[in-house]
Amino acid sequence: MPDRVRAAYRRRAPGEPRALGYLYIAPALVVFVAMVIVPLGQSVWYSLFSWDGLSVATWVGADNYTALFSDPTLRGPFLHALVLLIFYSLLPITLGLLLAAAMSRVRVRGLTFFRTVLFLPQVLAMVVVAVTWRWIYAPSGLLDEGLRAVGLGGLARSWLGSFSLALPAVGVAGTWVGFGLCMVLFLAGVQTIPRERYEAARLDGAGPWQEFRAVTLPALRPQIAVAATLTIVAGLRNFDLIYLTTAGGPGNSTAVPAYEVYHRAFEIGQVGSAAAVGIGLTVLIFALTVVVSRLVEGGR
Amino acid sequence: MTTTGPRPPRHTLTYRALAATAVCGALALSACSAPGSGGSPQPKSKSASSISTNPAKAGKVTLSVWDQEVRGGQNAEITRLNKQFQSRYPNVTIKRTSKSFSDLKTTLKLALSGNNPPDVVEANQGYPDMVTFVKAGMLLPLDSYARAYGWTKRYPSSLLALNRVSSDASHFGEGKLYGVSQMGEYVGVYYNKTKLKQLGLAAPTSWAELTADLATIKAKGELPIQFGNLDKWPAIHTFGVIQAATAGKQEVRNLVFGTGNAKWTSTATVQAAKTLQDWAKKGYFPSGVNGIGYDDANKQFGQGDGVFDITGTWEAAALKGPMGSSLGLMPTPPSARGLATTGGESLAFGVTSKSKAPDVAAAYIDFITDAKAADVMLKTGNLPAVPGAAANALSSSSIEGQMVAGWQKINAANGLVPYLDYSTPTFYDTITAALQDLIGGKSTPQQFTQTLQADYSKFHQG
Repeated sequence: MPDRVRAAYRRRAPGEPRALGYLYIAPALVVFVAMVIVPLGQSVWYSLFSWDGLSVATWVGADNYTALFSDPTLRGPFLHALVLLIFYSLLPITLGLLLAAAMSRVRVRGLTFFRTVLFLPQVLAMVVVAVTWRWIYAPSGLLDEGLRAVGLGGLARSWLGSFSLALPAVGVAGTWVGFGLCMVLFLAGVQTIPRERYEAARLDGAGPWQEFRAVTLPALRPQIAVAATLTIVAGLRNFDLIYLTTAGGPGNSTAVPAYEVYHRAFEIGQVGSAAAVGIGLTVLIFALTVVVSRLVEGGR
Repeated sequence: MTTTGPRPPRHTLTYRALAATAVCGALALSACSAPGSGGSPQPKSKSASSISTNPAKAGKVTLSVWDQEVRGGQNAEITRLNKQFQSRYPNVTIKRTSKSFSDLKTTLKLALSGNNPPDVVEANQGYPDMVTFVKAGMLLPLDSYARAYGWTKRYPSSLLALNRVSSDASHFGEGKLYGVSQMGEYVGVYYNKTKLKQLGLAAPTSWAELTADLATIKAKGELPIQFGNLDKWPAIHTFGVIQAATAGKQEVRNLVFGTGNAKWTSTATVQAAKTLQDWAKKGYFPSGVNGIGYDDANKQFGQGDGVFDITGTWEAAALKGPMGSSLGLMPTPPSARGLATTGGESLAFGVTSKSKAPDVAAAYIDFITDAKAADVMLKTGNLPAVPGAAANALSSSSIEGQMVAGWQKINAANGLVPYLDYSTPTFYDTITAALQDLIGGKSTPQQFTQTLQADYSKFHQG
């Protein structure tokens, strides 16, 4: 036996990882498999059945998955989630970049104070955020009263009750929550950029915009990738904000997949369908994060 | 402008292979059989002669009870009754687990499917919960206990019906009895006495008077009905009340329980939908009603905005605070089709089929729902499903007195109609979304009833 082991090692090129490595990762791997992979496999299995959670399930094959495309009450939530990504991901990153660029150029008095205030929404519990925004958007709430006060009463409306505006309205709340995190990430990134690069750019006659484009933006690539991944994942699995502000309404105009998972699994006893939505969501998140890492990180 | 150093090579292929193996392995692990516990035969009702109604003779018993009575008055009521039961039967120990409604809803299924489920559980009426439990054989039919303890005489049949499930577990509203409830609730019309007086109006005594009053109130520049439907479900109650008045109790019951050939597209239901939409269009509700929270609307009513507020008895205590004696409550005033209003009862206390002491469990359920228990409930600020002697002592001008009197009036007239979302497993989703569409003017009354009927037909055919 020992000879064969030795022989096996001798065949390897020097520096090639040894099988022993798997022993090191074994404890973590066991936990990972037990807590993540097995439940994932179980979800996939459940998603092939029509199951109320208790009595014997009936095999339906891919029906739950085809429903994701054919059933408008399931297709809708996925479309809404993609629209919400503009608010949960694109806008916070844009805002975060602008703020980081501004804060890194101009010396602001009390910078720490502003940074803390702008980051605050990220720290708040989602319940608090949701209740606050419900008040802001109420027909006699802060937003409408504000509009009336400045003579724009014509624009005042029932924001969360509007079929076309409820989704963007919830989205804006998401933007408010997310941009602080992006800003802090980018500020940290900006501080690692060598000053010489800015000096060189200025010597070459670059204005603030060119400086931002040629120096800041490329240097922030890894931070942007992190921010994009975090906000996309947070945005797609967003549940609490919708649940607490509109519960998917008015009509179904703000329903999102994560809400459907909870609703179907726990409230109306369609465990199979809930699992299929969950798997669909997992695949979507996985695909988008791969795209992000390819695009922004510039990986091969 | 490379900003990052050389990257370590990616073991893309290895990772992929690993992931694929892991997923396949996991699938193989879990893919032994279809999920769900099957094959357990439907539990049989105990024969009347084998029932013991005296827990004192049962020897030492620990009764595990899961309830959702966590809020103020409800918790007080159960705590007191549990204490009384244990001091009367010292051989019985009650192990109480109480969770909020949504926590109970999400965990009860798992608890029931285990080998040692609780003895007594509070099960929510309707398809996703009670019917599912019965279908899986988790609950014990209580009909012989109902005979032994006289529950069929104690409760109005409309209340017992909600806790009945058909023998094939395909629908509920009739069949075997799987539990009884402690408390009642109904949707009524709250009114602001001061406002009515200012407007020169008296509390309406009929549906026609109520609808006529709405126009008068609007013309005089006041808000007729305070209402907020951002939370989606409140409109079920508003529409339920209108439909009960327009279509009458029998048609609504037939619709919800799936008996007869009732259709949601009937003339009366279309008419009810039209009435609701008209009320919204004519400004009888606040503007932007789909964007106003339920609690916010009630708060506004409490502060004097709105003459009427159509909602459940559960709001009485909260409205009494700010309004005091200017708050009035009545059941929905009777239409030409008689007195009918949406309402129901609290979750049903049932016995699990795996319970080792079903007799003691049933005795406990009887104890917490009898006339003495009703007085405890009333004293702790609840509306007992069957009010006891203490109810007669309430002043008729107090809100509690009006609430109980209204409940007794409804039950005397057998006028309770079930919540509309009981109709199919998915009806809550369908009707809440459709009602927001209807109120927001996005659909016509015809389209609204067609949407409901589509969900309904799908369930009753499939």
